Amino acid sequence: MNLLVCISKTPETTAKIGFTDGDSKFNEEGVQFIMNPYDEWYALVRAIELKESVGGKVVAINVGPASNDVVIRKALAIGADEAVRINAEPQSAMTTAKYIADYAKSGDFDIVFLGKETIDYNGSEVGSMVAEYLDLPFFSYVSKLEMDGSKAIVTRDVEGGQETAEYTGAFVLSAAKGLAEQRIPNMRGIMMAKRKPLNVIEPSATEDLSVVVKYELPEAKSGVKMLDADDMDELVRLLHEEAKVI
Amino acid sequence: MSVLVYIENPKGNFKKAANELIFFGRSVADKMNVECHAVVLGSVSSFDAIQNAGAHKIHHFSDNSFDAFDSQQVAKIVDTAANAVGAKVIVVGHTANGKSILGRVAVRQNAGSVSGVNTMPTLDGGFKIKKGVFSGKATAEFEIKSDVKVLSLMGNSFQASDFDNTAEIVTDSSTNSDSSVTITDLSTVEGTVPLPEAELVVSAGRGMKGPENWGIIDELANELGATTACSRPVADIGWRPHHEHVGQTGVAIRPNLYIAAGISGAIQHLAGVNQSKTIVVINKDPEAPFFKAADYGICADLFDVVPKITEALKKYKANN
Ligand SMILES: Cc1cc2nc3c(=O)[nH]c(=O)nc-3n(C[C@H](O)[C@H](O)[C@H](O)COP(=O)(O)OP(=O)(O)OC[C@H]3O[C@@H](n4cnc5c(N)ncnc54)[C@H](O)[C@@H]3O)c2cc1C
Ligand SMILES: Nc1ncnc2c1ncn2[C@@H]1O[C@H](COP(=O)(O)O)[C@@H](O)[C@H]1O
Repeated sequence: MNLLVCISKTPETTAKIGFTDGDSKFNEEGVQFIMNPYDEWYALVRAIELKESVGGKVVAINVGPASNDVVIRKALAIGADEAVRINAEPQSAMTTAKYIADYAKSGDFDIVFLGKETIDYNGSEVGSMVAEYLDLPFFSYVSKLEMDGSKAIVTRDVEGGQETAEYTGAFVLSAAKGLAEQRIPNMRGIMMAKRKPLNVIEPSATEDLSVVVKYELPEAKSGVKMLDADDMDELVRLLHEEAKVI
Repeated sequence: MSVLVYIENPKGNFKKAANELIFFGRSVADKMNVECHAVVLGSVSSFDAIQNAGAHKIHHFSDNSFDAFDSQQVAKIVDTAANAVGAKVIVVGHTANGKSILGRVAVRQNAGSVSGVNTMPTLDGGFKIKKGVFSGKATAEFEIKSDVKVLSLMGNSFQASDFDNTAEIVTDSSTNSDSSVTITDLSTVEGTVPLPEAELVVSAGRGMKGPENWGIIDELANELGATTACSRPVADIGWRPHHEHVGQTGVAIRPNLYIAAGISGAIQHLAGVNQSKTIVVINKDPEAPFFKAADYGICADLFDVVPKITEALKKYKANN
């Protein structure tokens, strides 16, 4: 199978969040970047597992600047066969999706894998856009994917439960927890990654229709009110009268 | 011109989120001085719940082939309806299904989009709207520059209230879905409010010691009419069902009240719950990081405290 995996770069979970340029830009200084966990742990690993069981190849794709190559090499070290970087600073989900779809059209991919969302902007937008550009079905929040010959059996997380679907043909999916088990790159993988191809493609210019104009940090909590464990009537009173939530 | 909302009706029923979405769509429509239209697909047991929610017209594509969700088919219908009513703003829920059509509709309409919005847009000097980013650690204001805008609304962002008009229902029974996806199973818990819609949530973590101890959490949740949630390790080891897991890798929620018992409050857990309006933390460790994010804290043994809260609630209910 020919498998395309979309990987993105995000600030590490515990990174301190700050802004510059009159709060219009994310302050990258001192921030450590990682591969988006959903892309790395679930999408990429499941694609590699499928290739290992039925043959084919796994191509990792990223839309981003040259500084993303570190993250892309990691995908190769984990087991992708080759990588592509579309050389652009993505500003909106739609531009990113357009670039990914343009590349996907040039190859003959059976499944396009994405993460369910990036953990910085929590967008969850790119997947359904790629699917629409490619005119393919889209399964979001997939926590299980099995192949039965050419038929895919897909389980997706929905509110309060799960939905299982079957489909034969090419499709796009976004990966949620459960789809695979995280793999740590080993020394051999890291060495081999250096020799695997990483192609850089220059995109055509596209206009971003939706852009961030300003960031704000939330107001600090006024501080916790500690209550006496023997007086839960007081908690109920506060929830009713002060917080007004019950 | 109009605002168009796509309304979900899982298993034929409208949930609270439907009213909230229509309320939001209508409020935006009023700001723009246009009508609010809603699109509903597949079987509907009754429109009563949403008929006064604010929509001027509800377009119902009633063929039951739409009961099986396929993002490609739904996006096609929403796109066609949007063109027919001249929609300038298209709103879907920030749910598994809503999010799977958001991008598709945006591409079809060549529209800028923002997902997971939680405020009303401002319209003067461009269309601007906010959402939480960096797992709730900040807010970003987006500007959408295209003629048509597509949004997904984060659950529990607004308190819906009825409008005095009754929506006209326009039924189309001849269009059907020509999906090639086969849905073989849909298993969801019935009778409880799904987490993303829940106003009240009682959650517990590893401090519970084992799945057999969850009775006190269920009792508190029942007494409150709350939905239950859990921390990730608890779902990972199978003490609780996977769909209850909240946090960065689980569901992100913003209930009015989040009660956390025996959860340390790791940053990845907070990422999914820090937009809750009021947070109550029960933990026996005074140094537990969760206390810093809490409004009310009780530093004690949860096995002692949780039943006491349930008792206090019973007493309160009896007196009011
Ligand atoms: C990339 C990444 C993503 C993650 N995503 C998530 C996520 O989405 N959601 C999530 O929840 N976690 C997530 N985690 C895990 C997270 O870091 C924590 O490990 C986890 O939240 C801890 O769960 P816990 O609080 O239940 O358990 P613990 O950290 O073990 O805390 C148990 C707490 O219970 C208290 N306690 C024990 N006994 C009692 C008692 N009798 N009475 C009162 N209090 C008691 C203890 O003092 C302690 O604070 C993620 C981690 C990583 C690295
Ligand atoms: N710049 C990018 N390059 C490649 N893939 C991306 C990029 N941004 C997002 N993606 C993919 O799209 C998924 C969802 O991202 P988002 O819609 O931004 O939350 C991610 O998990 C990635 O798989």
